[in-house]
Amino acid sequence: MASLIPCPHCGPRPKEEFTVRGAALPRPAPNAPVAEWQAHVYLRENPRGDYAEHWHHSGGCRRWLVVNRNTATHAVHSVTDAAGERP
Amino acid sequence: MRYSALSVLLNGLTGKAPAPAWRSPAPKAEYDVVIVGGGGHGLATAYYLAKEFGITNVAVLEKGYVGSGNIGRNTTIIRSNYLLPGNNPFYELSMKLWEGLEQDFNFNAMVSQRGVVNLIHSDAQRDAYRRRGNAMRLHGVDAEILDREAVRKILPFLDFDNARFPIKGAIRQRRGGTVRHDAVAWGYARGASARGVDIIPHCEVTAIRQHNGSVTEVETSRGTIRCKRLALATAGHSGITAAMVGITLPIETHALQAYVSEGLKPFIDTVVTFGAGHFYLSQSDKGGLVFGGDIEGYNSYAQRGNLANIEHVAEAGVAMIPALSRVRVLRAWAGVMDMSMDGSPIIDKTHLPNLYLNAGWCYGGFKATPASGLCFAHLIAKDAPHEVARAFRLDRFARGYLIDEKGQGAQPNLH
Repeated sequence: MASLIPCPHCGPRPKEEFTVRGAALPRPAPNAPVAEWQAHVYLRENPRGDYAEHWHHSGGCRRWLVVNRNTATHAVHSVTDAAGERP
Repeated sequence: MRYSALSVLLNGLTGKAPAPAWRSPAPKAEYDVVIVGGGGHGLATAYYLAKEFGITNVAVLEKGYVGSGNIGRNTTIIRSNYLLPGNNPFYELSMKLWEGLEQDFNFNAMVSQRGVVNLIHSDAQRDAYRRRGNAMRLHGVDAEILDREAVRKILPFLDFDNARFPIKGAIRQRRGGTVRHDAVAWGYARGASARGVDIIPHCEVTAIRQHNGSVTEVETSRGTIRCKRLALATAGHSGITAAMVGITLPIETHALQAYVSEGLKPFIDTVVTFGAGHFYLSQSDKGGLVFGGDIEGYNSYAQRGNLANIEHVAEAGVAMIPALSRVRVLRAWAGVMDMSMDGSPIIDKTHLPNLYLNAGWCYGGFKATPASGLCFAHLIAKDAPHEVARAFRLDRFARGYLIDEKGQGAQPNLH
């Protein structure tokens, strides 16, 4: 993992300030079929390459962020606030 | 050649260079069974397919060299101290296979039943461990609760009166211990090869081809290989191989570090785990302290971890054994784990009739190697699950039959 994560609110910060939750997936509609919810909860693409994840800046601004990074090289491509538009 | 004290003596006297322990042939055009992944589980599967089920037209395809993945990267611990009925009989079968393994495959794997001690730091933890110990004993597995003084007799150098994590006792499984991990890969490779299995290193599978709803062949870096049945045992890379046939797994890949210290005189003669943080320790026969902690926490295919986690593990270690503070770490390395959504593995058929899956071992794959190989071989040979691996189904997540030892829910980095 890259040593620094560029928080859109705080600037580049050491990754130890952040807590990772997991894949940033679009949430199914409340009335979506069970199979869709089951896939949302349990199934993961798990790529060797670029991946979007939810990280919490728990030791900083405490905002939820979407971190786009590479799971093989650990390079961080972009970080946006989770409340904003997805890139 | 059968290994024995006599063969050591005769070959020593004649000065003959030892023959390679297994063949490394070029791949044939077709096999009855192709196993993807030449790690511990893949090699054990090939061994038991040949030995127990008489299926010898088998290839094991390994993208690196034999033993280059997690079988050579773990902390060598074996145990069967599981709570849940889906897990316990499986890991106990594994323990029984470990106990007879060296005689079975005629290879010195240095199986050492030196015991596994899990420390207790609170009344709640004692209750939880007592429950686990009772579950183990009901399944016929050995378990005993030790009080503080009994722990002190085994491990006098622990920080018993640590202000924050005082040691109140422990649960011990005497039959647990350690095994020389590389030798497990080599022993299974040798035993499988001697029975006709082709072990093919540096052969990476790049695509899986289907025809009429079943698998027909695999594309590899060493050409196309046809197969009647295909078995995937690719551990941390399970997501990649499963994606080749359009399966999305309930698995994330995470990096786990392990460490070894400089060689010390005999210091600790059992495996001990810290109950208040993620730290465990044993001593190898070379004298190095072998220890580890938790996974890094984020998805990673890189076989390396971070300094921050090394520091965290070192802190937990020193909190448990203050004497460790002067010990120098010799090496740190990492493997990539197939962390499943409930912390338990998958040994199952797939939606394709001749494709079988072995995955989701989290960081407990090493101890499971013999039983995983035997149960996976059973599934491939008979197209039916082995009695003790029935719960390890791929569809248990959809059906609600999770096997969640820690009760963490669908959050792989917490298992």
